[in-house]
Amino acid sequence: MAGPNTKSKTMTTLLDGLWRDHPIFSMLLGICSALAVSNKVENAIAMGAGVIFVMVATGIIISLLRKMIPRRARIITYMIVIASFVIIVDRFLKAFYPAISESIGPYVGLIITNCIIMGRAEAFYIQNNTGQSILDALANGISYTYTLGIIAVVREVLGFGTILGFRVMPDGWTNWVVMAMAPGAFFVLGLFIWITRTMAKMESD
Amino acid sequence: MAIHLLTIFIAAILTHNMALTYLLGMCPFISLSKSLKTASGMGFAVVFVVALTTIINWPIYNLILVPTNTELIYYIVFIITIAASVQLVEMIMERFFPALQASFGIFLPLITVNCTILAISLFTVIRNYDYITSIIFAIGSALGWIIAIVIVAAINEKLKLIGDIPKGMKGPGVIMITSGILALAFLGFAGMVNL
Repeated sequence: MAGPNTKSKTMTTLLDGLWRDHPIFSMLLGICSALAVSNKVENAIAMGAGVIFVMVATGIIISLLRKMIPRRARIITYMIVIASFVIIVDRFLKAFYPAISESIGPYVGLIITNCIIMGRAEAFYIQNNTGQSILDALANGISYTYTLGIIAVVREVLGFGTILGFRVMPDGWTNWVVMAMAPGAFFVLGLFIWITRTMAKMESD
Repeated sequence: MAIHLLTIFIAAILTHNMALTYLLGMCPFISLSKSLKTASGMGFAVVFVVALTTIINWPIYNLILVPTNTELIYYIVFIITIAASVQLVEMIMERFFPALQASFGIFLPLITVNCTILAISLFTVIRNYDYITSIIFAIGSALGWIIAIVIVAAINEKLKLIGDIPKGMKGPGVIMITSGILALAFLGFAGMVNL
């Protein structure tokens, strides 16, 4: 499997995941958690790390088992594999970062139904070898995380006047409370989709 | 007791709306809120599955997992229950109500990955609801989700009649902004009832 073909495939896998088929902006997957945990940067980082871990682990397991999984039972197989790794993430956060675990609460469990992981399992891991699957999982996980991070920076700066708990806004700053709540998430993500879609269009022209 | 149930029911619909306050079930929200008809079709399928899974999940958690000290695996158990009941509903409908099944079409299998369903089961565990409260909460939350998705779908059908939405904003972008404004409106209910 060596040669220029493999190399270009590796590049394509990486690029597709990181920008061209961006999971949140172009495919609109995984929106729930992107909206719900992006009110603070630390929550976004914790969630992103959790998703990367679950994705890579799922990618490895599914791509190793891909020849043994019966077609009809594949969805439930993905779910069980994903759910097992999510339990690990949940326990880890509870043990080492109880404050974060408290604030993102049930959303950790909802990594199971994060359609990015299911989507990649169905579209990629079940057909490709382990190496490619790990790359794809990393690329998609990282782009999910940086998007969450960007949204979280905007919301935390405007909503709390801080980044990762450090004060960045001047003393007279009034917090935009709405940014810390649900409507702010919708507005920021809506604007981001607008910006990235316009940029993507310019690139293809 | 009845007052308490009513409070939970109303809170689940208005002040603690699954879609607009907890931001759950967003993937189908975006893809289905393009037309009113698909939005309501999906909505009713969701209420049905939510009620069914809560009825099954609560006893499994409280009567099997807790006594045997295996709460740890509740994610796996819940997701299997959800996938299985979706499959079951699909089979029953195929056999007895083919017309209804044809109208739900693709939505039924999609429900498995709708995070609202799993979230409702998780919330009933986290908040220690008893059996009746869980069911009332589940139905209320699902209704709240439908109300949100139907309103956004209706607004978007009207928006299509206006031509001058910027190009990159069309589709998901404008749905997000609409939902944001709707979420602001729902904030007006805050403080009416408390959970």
